[in-house]
Amino acid sequence: MSDIPQSARSAGRFTLFPRLSGVAITGILIAIFLMAFLVLPVIQVIYVAFLDAQSGTMTFQNFRDFFNTSLFRESFVNSFYVSAMSVVFATIIALPLAYITTRFNFAGSAIIQSLGFIPLIMPPFVGAVAMSLLFGRNGTVNLLLDQYFGFKVPFMEGLNGVIFVQSIHYFPFILINLSASLRNIDRSMEEAAQNLGSSGMRMFRRIVFPLAMPGYLAGAALVFIKVFDDLGTPLLLNVNTMLAPQAYLRITGVGINDPMGYVISFILVAFSIFALWTSFLFMRGKDYATVQKGGGGLSKRDLAPREKLVAWAVILFILALVLAPHFGLMLLAFGTIWSFSPLPDGFTLQHFGTVFTTSSQYIWNTILYAGTAAILDVILGVAIAYIVLRTGLIGRKWLDYMATAALAVPGVVLGIGYLRMFHGVQLPFGLGQMSSFWGLIIVALAVRRLPYALRACMAALQQVALSLEEAAESLGANKSSTVRRIVVPLMTGGILAGFVTSFATAAVELSATIMLVGRASDAPLAYGIYLYMQSPAGRGAGAALGILAVVIVALGTYLSQRIIEKDRNRRAAAPGAEQ
Amino acid sequence: MKKAGIRIENLHLSFGDTTVLAGIEMEIHPGEFFAFLGPSGSGKSTLLRAIAGFGPRPKGRILIDGKDVADLPPWKRNVGMVFQSYALWPHMTVRQNVAFGLEERRMPRAQIGPKVEAALELVGLLHLAERMPSQLSGGQQQRVALARTVAIEPQVLLLDEPLSNLDAALRVQMRRELLSLQRKLGLTTIFVTHDQEEANTTSDRMAVLDGGVIQQIGTPQELYDTPVNGFVAGFLGTANVLVGHMNDGCFVTKGGNRLAVDNYRDSARRIVLRPQSVSLTEEKRGSIAGKVTHREFLGSQIRYLVGTADGEIIVDTLHHAGQSGHAVGADVMLMIDSQSASLLD
Repeated sequence: MSDIPQSARSAGRFTLFPRLSGVAITGILIAIFLMAFLVLPVIQVIYVAFLDAQSGTMTFQNFRDFFNTSLFRESFVNSFYVSAMSVVFATIIALPLAYITTRFNFAGSAIIQSLGFIPLIMPPFVGAVAMSLLFGRNGTVNLLLDQYFGFKVPFMEGLNGVIFVQSIHYFPFILINLSASLRNIDRSMEEAAQNLGSSGMRMFRRIVFPLAMPGYLAGAALVFIKVFDDLGTPLLLNVNTMLAPQAYLRITGVGINDPMGYVISFILVAFSIFALWTSFLFMRGKDYATVQKGGGGLSKRDLAPREKLVAWAVILFILALVLAPHFGLMLLAFGTIWSFSPLPDGFTLQHFGTVFTTSSQYIWNTILYAGTAAILDVILGVAIAYIVLRTGLIGRKWLDYMATAALAVPGVVLGIGYLRMFHGVQLPFGLGQMSSFWGLIIVALAVRRLPYALRACMAALQQVALSLEEAAESLGANKSSTVRRIVVPLMTGGILAGFVTSFATAAVELSATIMLVGRASDAPLAYGIYLYMQSPAGRGAGAALGILAVVIVALGTYLSQRIIEKDRNRRAAAPGAEQ
Repeated sequence: MKKAGIRIENLHLSFGDTTVLAGIEMEIHPGEFFAFLGPSGSGKSTLLRAIAGFGPRPKGRILIDGKDVADLPPWKRNVGMVFQSYALWPHMTVRQNVAFGLEERRMPRAQIGPKVEAALELVGLLHLAERMPSQLSGGQQQRVALARTVAIEPQVLLLDEPLSNLDAALRVQMRRELLSLQRKLGLTTIFVTHDQEEANTTSDRMAVLDGGVIQQIGTPQELYDTPVNGFVAGFLGTANVLVGHMNDGCFVTKGGNRLAVDNYRDSARRIVLRPQSVSLTEEKRGSIAGKVTHREFLGSQIRYLVGTADGEIIVDTLHHAGQSGHAVGADVMLMIDSQSASLLD
């Protein structure tokens, strides 16, 4: 963290007390929570992967069995192939967009910015079925291609479909990171090169490209790992020969004691950690942000009329691709029957009626689960941020590390870990078995979204100048009333943004919840979509639920942006609030 | 290395409606250390960047060694520029940074190595050749930027506020090093700065810019002693400017004080008095009467603010140990050194 002097200044305020202060108790409670619901379940999963089911001794036999089974070998190769190809296609989409916005004065830059988040408001599994109706063998595009040109393109055949859906969904990660690092290159970097005789492609290759590389790799690693871990999309596209679906199918089909699910989980976690670690290695010591204060990034030039045409064509094409899942979902939700024809036969509101009359419990469950999880995240986030940044509590960094480690744990793995760990634990008050108790879904969601909420809270707290707290303390406010009356109100913007993001993304989470849903009446929206989409007859209702999900996420994204913006304006209006 | 002169003819540049450079005319002699001095927004950096080929193409001509370069892209001008931020590429070592320009010129590898080492030797950093820029101090980065630029043996060396990112002590040291390096290489050099002390101590001649217009060109001493307008007078050192008119070989101020001046001309409407060319006495024999309103002890000098009929006048007097000088509130007379006063129209 950048504010070592701050923590150093306040260091000792708590550590010197021989008995436990309120901060220490809070820290210990958070640590226990994270141990119980994150660290131990994952360790449990890894432990079982190396456990001989019969003798209870440690063994590599499970891994040998895994790699001796052709189905698992194929799944492993497929997962790897799909992730790598998704990175390739996401790059192909993101590269021209990033280049156009950062290098040229271009009227379409606003569209490119929206392209950076439109895909993210729809979870990939929601759009997957709609995409197969648009691009599948007998989907709209192929029917038209066949009719006019006499050929079809296998966009959605098997693994292609997963790659297609995932790269359209996840390319913004590359776009955002790459544009940010391009924007961070000071124009003097290029000017110095030109001054020394370099220009054109050569200069791009030697100066601009290497400087933008860390940002690109960070984005690419993120895409790889998201695709590698994703369960919902392959399941809905009926592609089962990948690792995450195999883990899910083994645990739910064969049983909680089947070691293969654990072996797969171990591989998923190992790859996640590996990818995060490599991207960390790439980024370490390579903070190439070279922008000087006052100076803008790379110099931008105007486009010639012909170039402008090409740029618009590229952007509109990508926009069409990006909107395709949204468009398809609309057609599905409002269409009557849609099969072997470019468009549905007719349009109706009936699916929404079905959803509201028979499946409203999905919606209420979602609001309950995601809302509680987001509140939990914000409370934990503020507490951890405060402990890490403002106190000298021993081991405070570990709270941050533990909470952030959730990023490397795929939802499937967390789900399996909970099933294993809380299997057979009876809850009091007639709540039944812990592993099928709906409260556990909330905990899983909270743990999964905590890293994002924590980052938001950390950023918000860093914006609050220490002197504002010191002023309150010197006027006689004690620690807890300073936090309550000064710190938290000043963090409100960040906290709200963290809450909304956590809520919106938890509302459409599928991979952990799918393992933990005990019975249909406890299921949230995402699970409902999954159930409906299983049968052709349910697709309309599934799509209608999907639209509700998109609306929730879109509203959430919009709200959090508004909050962040308003907060920033307020700060700009009040000088001295910045550090 | 052949020394190149620079000629700028009738240069104009506007960003939209704002005029940034207007009617710039100047001649920089081969081998000269020339400074562009002016406040921020005066157009000095824009002018330098125009010579290097950055920014929009200005109207007018820029001749380097007699050749108009205004239409050439930056990479064909053979003009070396040291950026304010140094602009060292963070992904390359010191050696790679310095070698870059030579590689771009397609120089054979065998020649690049010795040239790079010679350039680093010149700035005394050969031992740091394998470091990354982020591992260097500000002063070292500055030297690497300099080595990178002189390695390509440019016709002209452009320095854009090269000392502004260094701390005060290092700044003094670096400007001496810059000057001795320039003398050693004999490179025609332009140095952009807003700091008059930097310009005074380094340059052979300088141009003072304000509002995109050249105010005056000359040696530092000429500009200090005989400024052509109030801006130059005020920008170079501290100046008291009094308004009035000429009468009978004396300058009569608005407040009615008569000041004897040498080299007078009748059109003069203002007089520039440097604080150190005014002296104070409590006897009744000076030319302007006043009262001490404020006094600052500056170590070697004492600075007085004296209220007079012509407003407050700043007076610097040398401090000698044990002397107490004049107290605040004392009635004093100001004596003007008639030779060092200069007149403005």
